[in-house]
Amino acid sequence: MILALVFLTISTTATDAGAPATDLGFLLHKHPDKVQAFSTSHGRAHVFYPEATPERCTAALLLEVDPVALVRRGKGRGRGGAPDSALAQYVNDRPYAASSLFAVAIAAVFSTAMHGRCNAMPERAAAPLPLRIEIPALSARGGAGLVRALLEPLGWQVEAEPVALDEQFPQWGDSRYVSLVLTGEQRLSDALRHLYVLLPVLDDAKHYWVAPDEVDKLLRSGSGWLEAHPERDLITRRYLARRRALTRQAHQRLELARLAEADDTEPETLDNAVPDDNAAPDADTSPDAGTSPDADAPSDGTAPDGRPATLAEQRRAAVLEALRAAGARRVLDLGCGEGRLVSELLKDPRFTEVVGMDVSARALSYAARNLRLDRMTERQASRVRLLQGSLAYTDERLAGYDAAVLSEVVEHVDPPRLPALAHSVFGAARPHTVVVTTPNREYNVRWESLPAGRVRHHDHRFEWTRGEFRDWAERTAAQYGYTVAFGPVGPDDPEVGPPTQLAAFTRGAPAPAVTTDRTERTDRTERTDRTERTDRTDRTEKNEEAAA
Amino acid sequence: MTTNTLAVPDLSLVVLIGSSGSGKSTFARRHFLPTQVVSSDACRGMVSDDENDQSASGDAFDLLHYITAKRLAAGRLTVVDATNVRSESRKALVRIAREHDVLPVAIVLDVPEDVCAGRNAARPDRAGMPAHVVPRQQRELRRSLRSLEREGFRKVHVLRGTEAVEAARITTEKRYNDLRHLTGPFDVVGDVHGCRSELETLLGRLGYTVERDGDGRAVGARHPAGRTAVFVGDLVDRGPDSPGVLRLVMGMVEAGTALCVPGNHENKFARHLRGRSVRPTHGLAETIEQFGRESGEFTERVRAFLDGLVSHYVLDGGALVVCHAGLPEKYHGRTSGRVRSFALYGDTTGETDEYGLPVRYPWAEEYRGGAAVVYGHTPTPVASWVNNTICLDTGCVFGGKLTALRWPERETVEVAAERVWYEPVRPLVPDAPGGTDGRPLDLRDVVGRRTVETRYAGRIAVREENAAAALEVMSRFAVDPRMLPYLPPTMAPCPTSRLDGWLEHPAEVFAAHLADGVRQVVCEEKHMGSRAVVLVCRDEKAARGAFDAPGGTTGTVYTRTGRPFFDDPAACEALLERVRAAVGGAGLWEELDTDWLLLDAELMPWSLKASGLLRTQYAAVGAASGAAFPGALAALEAAKARGADVGGLLEAQRRRAADARAFTDAYRRYCWETDGTEGARLAPFQVLAARGRSLAGLPHDEQLAVVDRMVEHDRTGLLAPTRRLVVDTGDEASVAEGVRWWTELTEAGGEGMVVKPLRPVPGGRVQPGIKCRGREYLRIVYGPEYTRPENLARLRSRSLGHKRSLALREYALGLEALERFAAGEPLWRVHEAVFAVLALESEPVDPRL
Repeated sequence: MILALVFLTISTTATDAGAPATDLGFLLHKHPDKVQAFSTSHGRAHVFYPEATPERCTAALLLEVDPVALVRRGKGRGRGGAPDSALAQYVNDRPYAASSLFAVAIAAVFSTAMHGRCNAMPERAAAPLPLRIEIPALSARGGAGLVRALLEPLGWQVEAEPVALDEQFPQWGDSRYVSLVLTGEQRLSDALRHLYVLLPVLDDAKHYWVAPDEVDKLLRSGSGWLEAHPERDLITRRYLARRRALTRQAHQRLELARLAEADDTEPETLDNAVPDDNAAPDADTSPDAGTSPDADAPSDGTAPDGRPATLAEQRRAAVLEALRAAGARRVLDLGCGEGRLVSELLKDPRFTEVVGMDVSARALSYAARNLRLDRMTERQASRVRLLQGSLAYTDERLAGYDAAVLSEVVEHVDPPRLPALAHSVFGAARPHTVVVTTPNREYNVRWESLPAGRVRHHDHRFEWTRGEFRDWAERTAAQYGYTVAFGPVGPDDPEVGPPTQLAAFTRGAPAPAVTTDRTERTDRTERTDRTERTDRTDRTEKNEEAAA
Repeated sequence: MTTNTLAVPDLSLVVLIGSSGSGKSTFARRHFLPTQVVSSDACRGMVSDDENDQSASGDAFDLLHYITAKRLAAGRLTVVDATNVRSESRKALVRIAREHDVLPVAIVLDVPEDVCAGRNAARPDRAGMPAHVVPRQQRELRRSLRSLEREGFRKVHVLRGTEAVEAARITTEKRYNDLRHLTGPFDVVGDVHGCRSELETLLGRLGYTVERDGDGRAVGARHPAGRTAVFVGDLVDRGPDSPGVLRLVMGMVEAGTALCVPGNHENKFARHLRGRSVRPTHGLAETIEQFGRESGEFTERVRAFLDGLVSHYVLDGGALVVCHAGLPEKYHGRTSGRVRSFALYGDTTGETDEYGLPVRYPWAEEYRGGAAVVYGHTPTPVASWVNNTICLDTGCVFGGKLTALRWPERETVEVAAERVWYEPVRPLVPDAPGGTDGRPLDLRDVVGRRTVETRYAGRIAVREENAAAALEVMSRFAVDPRMLPYLPPTMAPCPTSRLDGWLEHPAEVFAAHLADGVRQVVCEEKHMGSRAVVLVCRDEKAARGAFDAPGGTTGTVYTRTGRPFFDDPAACEALLERVRAAVGGAGLWEELDTDWLLLDAELMPWSLKASGLLRTQYAAVGAASGAAFPGALAALEAAKARGADVGGLLEAQRRRAADARAFTDAYRRYCWETDGTEGARLAPFQVLAARGRSLAGLPHDEQLAVVDRMVEHDRTGLLAPTRRLVVDTGDEASVAEGVRWWTELTEAGGEGMVVKPLRPVPGGRVQPGIKCRGREYLRIVYGPEYTRPENLARLRSRSLGHKRSLALREYALGLEALERFAAGEPLWRVHEAVFAVLALESEPVDPRL
């Protein structure tokens, strides 16, 4: 068995009242002179005492996690029983770092102590002890600062030393682990419950190894101190993020994870088309969370209800407005993501057919869920269709629609591949109206949370100024025989313009368009001939036959 | 009893017409294959279990129409066995025939009423048929006879009486456009437009001897090797001598040394000759004026010639289609008004351009057919292939060139115009119809369940869900498909070793190759970095010419999923610059006669690309274990000192701590600091392709020799050599030497080796390479403690079958992509194979293999 350890020690000293430190053994229900082993759901736990004198007593809990067992419990079993995807790593920190698994082990091994029960000496269990807890490798996303923010309000003195990723590569910086020492006068049961609740919060693992019902138990153990905790919101948010992480796993595309694996990269690098709440950049720690420049885009999360219209909402309203003005009835939402615009479109009966297309299968599965496609009446369902497709390719399914929307799409395409996108939308699908929205880079200076020179979203391959957008739009319109009009979305700043820019293209140019290689000039007489020809096909054909 | 022979085109819809009991089924059985006959009675039986259940007729005819349509779409002669006495039922069949561009043929069995009634009465299943049915059908039949041609039937055969039905014979006749039996070789000539002199020069250059009449006029031409010229039409108008061109071409056609299809200009001129009123624009006036000097007899001959032209030809066993304005695959060999119309005029989008003229539809971009379509009609400066189609109109009359295509050689031969004979309305369009900018691939080429035909391993299937994942990565992350002619295949490891303490051992590799019948193998050092395919061009111009590369780029470096290796284009160019210098220094541009090279390589260090994984996973494990163990061991030692029974536990943790340190050492070997590409090392280990050819089939020692020369001429310290050893798998001493070589390599920190047959064996059976990874390296794969006996015991049960099959399939697809690219095949054909490699990479297989 591949076994390893997770480790902590709990020490106490003799109290002023003269009670010996070795009472810790009674309180933990583990005899100081014994070495005991327990089976837990994630491996074997050992309890032993490195020191046990009347002055000073230390209990150690060592959990040997079997990563292979963890891996085999997870999703992603390949052929022949071998684990298949990047979700299933033999190289895993769980055996070494204190995390949610360890929290579960604490509860299993010290459950009586955690509930504050001690028949032998109930008064000591109810009273604070001078405690020192050491966890040499604690997984803590958010670092030492967050560890202090979570534990100091509970009355602990916190020494939290970040652990370097690799001392040979100092430039790699710190790992997400800290070496933790807590000291304080605490009741033992409180101390254990603090760890039980906060270890998973600090860990905030991407892949979640603990069953959902255990999560609920963890949260319940916060009663008595969590309510008043200044970081209560962060704690509950990270728990809720876990739920979403479970959803994410349920929608995980193993095919994509395998491609990431083949390319020596993390699944999230490729599978990032829709927000991953769990992996959001620390919305918790960022002071102006919620004023994110790209509230609807991946990684920024969803704005809670009740706020004034977010930019994303204003964008959808502007797109709807443009579609209504164009009289569109059959509409394509190209790059529909999770289907928010599709959902808005369906609320207006004038849109008789709505097609949402995205290249991300995960996005489409979220969209289907958000739209409740499986519960729609047949008549409603007949108005909407979700397709996987890509604007890097022409697609005959997209031909013949009144309008296409590309909302916040072009900036996710590498510039060298934009001509192909333009061709498949304007050249091949050729809807009457095309509505394009994209960020206005000039406005970025107005986002206080956005460092200068940065794009609004990590997947943005570029962001255009108003001039650049206008230039692209006008060239594209001319090339494919469209006219284009521009409009702002969001507050139109006199200096830097609106946060989002919108272009509405209309096919069939009243103004002369630039001649392209596709619009080859043929002569009028031929055209007349041709019309005539079509009318008389049968006769011509007979002539051909007769003559040949 | 006289025999009556009925001619039926070999692709047609034969509609039998006759009352119940007239003997249609018997007739059909006698003259056609059972599978060619679609019977309404049989369809009624299929949908209702009762061939005579008239209430099922609606569904039965839906089914009959469906089967008929499927057969016609597939190009199969089809016979409809139903009464078809009502015009509505025939109308539906004529419509289906038209939709599939085949000719409808009617065969009427006009048998006396009493005969029909008698036959029905004799059949128990029809005994219940009401007496009025047959007389009604007979009345309807009579009414129909006059109108069949008007309904659209191309041929109508009426067999009156049972004797005529008995005596009838069917002969199938070929379609006029079906010249598949002619195999050429051919010389297809583009739009001539009255440029007789250039045509004569071109024919001369092609090797034809022009024959002249007493007045010195060219009246024919003949090739000594018996080649056949094929004219794509637009012989006339605009140019100086349309009658002369016609005289020459007609002479060749009549002598059997040429074929000719009509162009829109012939069509219009023919209408003029038939006395119709046409506007004498676009060069017709010149033709009419030139014909004013010709005899009436000649003009009459021209009229007959033009009237006899067939809109397109299918030649050379179906591999070549010639027509004037292009033709989509579903029209090849078909006969209908719209086929002719397309062949002469092409298609339009229905839109009009700024001059109010129709916008031409870029049919060639969608073309996916196997037959080459050679056509003219749209003047372009240079004839170039688009998806296996080529437009030969290079605007001779406008002062361009007259171009011919030699078939099957696929070479073009040109003659420059002697002068501008006719001012173009505007300059020639810069490219073949469609243009190169933004000529994207089509989704149908890649998605859904697909099979890719490969020359070395047959058909390879791609599942829908794998194609879907590949679509996502290809669309969002990959480099432009035009610069992605190849993706590297996965490679299987050696069979699992049974030696104590080893999971992989070289003895197994050599044994596996020997079992495949491979004696000579080359062991190549396996570099531990990240896979990088390097496309390096000699300069920007070469990159643009061969790959449509955007300005400022001279190639690309991409990962095994086709993603750009560097986020920063400048870093990529900096690396390419250094590779280019080495290639140039070694004189490889000239030696390989190329201005680009495609290299398979490993780019080091590992930390250059995998820094994300290193931080979140590998170094993280090292950091956590490094932090956890000292405290744990100290605590255990203290407990032991107290006399606690922790001996076993302590020992176990000590071993574990040592394993964790070994793990950290293992990954550290493959990490070092780099600044951009400074400090990076590139180890090319295969030269995949150069202009016009795939080099993947060269013996590996030759390939590595080329690589060695690049390394030698690299002055920048970028390129790393690949150490290797040739081993004879059948020779014990040689195998022992191989094992020793590997052991030294891996003990010195090497990842391991890849063992390839010295001469690549394409064919989908022999593994193209088998890897054998070092003992320490495998800690990165299987975890710090994998070497412990209880772990090895578990890890040994790994199944290699799927990985091995995947490696063979991906290898075959990679070779296929290179071959297609080398042959100048359309982008979609290359991309299809490359895409399939990516899709297969998402199949469920143990990633640790």
